[in-house]
Amino acid sequence: MEIPKSFLGYKRENGRAGTRNHVIILPVDDISNACAEAVANNIKGTIALPHSYGRLQFGADLELHFRTMIGTGSNPNVAAVIVIGIEPKWTKRIVDGIAKTGKPVEGFHIERTGDIGTVMKASKKAQEFVMWASEKQREECPISDLWISVKCGESDTTSGLASNPTVGNLMDKLEPLGVHLCFGETSELTGAEKVCATRGATKEASDKFMKTWSSYNDFILKEATDDLSESQPTAGNIAGGLTTIEEKAFGNFQKIGNCKFVDVLEPAEEPKKGKGLYFMDTSSAAAECVTLQAAAGFNIHLFPTGQGNIVGNPIEPVVKLTANPLTVKGMGEHIDCDVSKILSREMNLSQAGDKLIETTLKVANGRLTCAEALGHREFVMTKLYRSA
Amino acid sequence: MRLIYKILQNSNIQFDTIFMATDIIIHDQKDNVGVVVIEKITPKQDCSCWIMENDSTIKIQSMDEIPLGHKIAMEDLKEGDTILKYGHDIGKVVKSIKKGEHVHVHNVKTKKW
Repeated sequence: MEIPKSFLGYKRENGRAGTRNHVIILPVDDISNACAEAVANNIKGTIALPHSYGRLQFGADLELHFRTMIGTGSNPNVAAVIVIGIEPKWTKRIVDGIAKTGKPVEGFHIERTGDIGTVMKASKKAQEFVMWASEKQREECPISDLWISVKCGESDTTSGLASNPTVGNLMDKLEPLGVHLCFGETSELTGAEKVCATRGATKEASDKFMKTWSSYNDFILKEATDDLSESQPTAGNIAGGLTTIEEKAFGNFQKIGNCKFVDVLEPAEEPKKGKGLYFMDTSSAAAECVTLQAAAGFNIHLFPTGQGNIVGNPIEPVVKLTANPLTVKGMGEHIDCDVSKILSREMNLSQAGDKLIETTLKVANGRLTCAEALGHREFVMTKLYRSA
Repeated sequence: MRLIYKILQNSNIQFDTIFMATDIIIHDQKDNVGVVVIEKITPKQDCSCWIMENDSTIKIQSMDEIPLGHKIAMEDLKEGDTILKYGHDIGKVVKSIKKGEHVHVHNVKTKKW
């Protein structure tokens, strides 16, 4: 198959391109959710991103909070942002961070005004933003403007046999075209960590990976009360035939094909070393991982599943694929790309990779994903430790 | 027969898919387990196994009922043995397993955590 050299995206002020054109209402903290949701309810075509945190956090955990907030607002799938927080200082920090992209952003704080007054002021601005954004047209963008993140979920043995290698095949075909790629799930590489480390493009990248993995593994060993049964692998993984974390890890690892990673990213950190594959230190929980990758600037996500994970994200479209014929049959409304014919050997891996590239480009051009049509908007902040 | 062959030639379907359907897929030649890729296999079923690494086919008779996605032992395994899949160590045997039996959490455990 000849791979198209372009897609239709929204060109942004900072030179990036979006696959979506969202106007988001971003609460800085948990207690500003009500206000943000009221604004999104008032002004059609905007979306609120409620979450559970943002108060009394400190240190690295607070930095991650800001990085996730600013990164989410800065993602090229977002045209404009309304930021609402309880206090002015943290609200302003997030507004200033997003403003560096050049996109319209305005902040509102609730203290001294109350919800109702804030909703009124923020709604007026949100209306202005959404009407401005609605004039934006899709334009031809080079395929290298795609930043593709990947993460698998509710995996079973069909993931390692077929759907994850399909993503790997796509990576092998798109990496030479200059796209950015990202995989994560630090804990879920356990058992395959040494093999994964050999895939660093430089010794520095390999060493950084081993350090990151060891630190996560130490944390798990410290907190674990048993053998993590039903957490890693999950009950769904076990039902699907996966027996151990090592088996899950080698299946997981198939997603990167033959690519080498150029750098290891902190959670929600934007890649800075140009095109190619990056590893990000993330949890293996689906919504947490995708939220961090979206905050790092990735504009389309590929999600292979075995037993049928249903996750979506409010700003980054999540394309789901499966090779499990029972999942296609039982919950087909969640599956954007069916590669189950690999198991019956009616389709080979390269054909499956081509099919996934076609689906990815359709979604990049604007076709809704199953998760978008079904209203999945899981926005889940990663919290490193308790608040002060 | 010639007509069927002609139809197959003009489609994406592999010739052996029809005449030798794959029941079990094995990633690597070194692996001592395979994965069931049909809805289920039943006890005493003669199964066709496809080894992806070298594109060869071998046979095995199952001992248990094993559902889609679950693993079958390709040889006798005793306590302490290592399970190989993708050509790599994916855990240890904690209860002896006979060739053709179901391999899962009841007889295999992680070496990590």
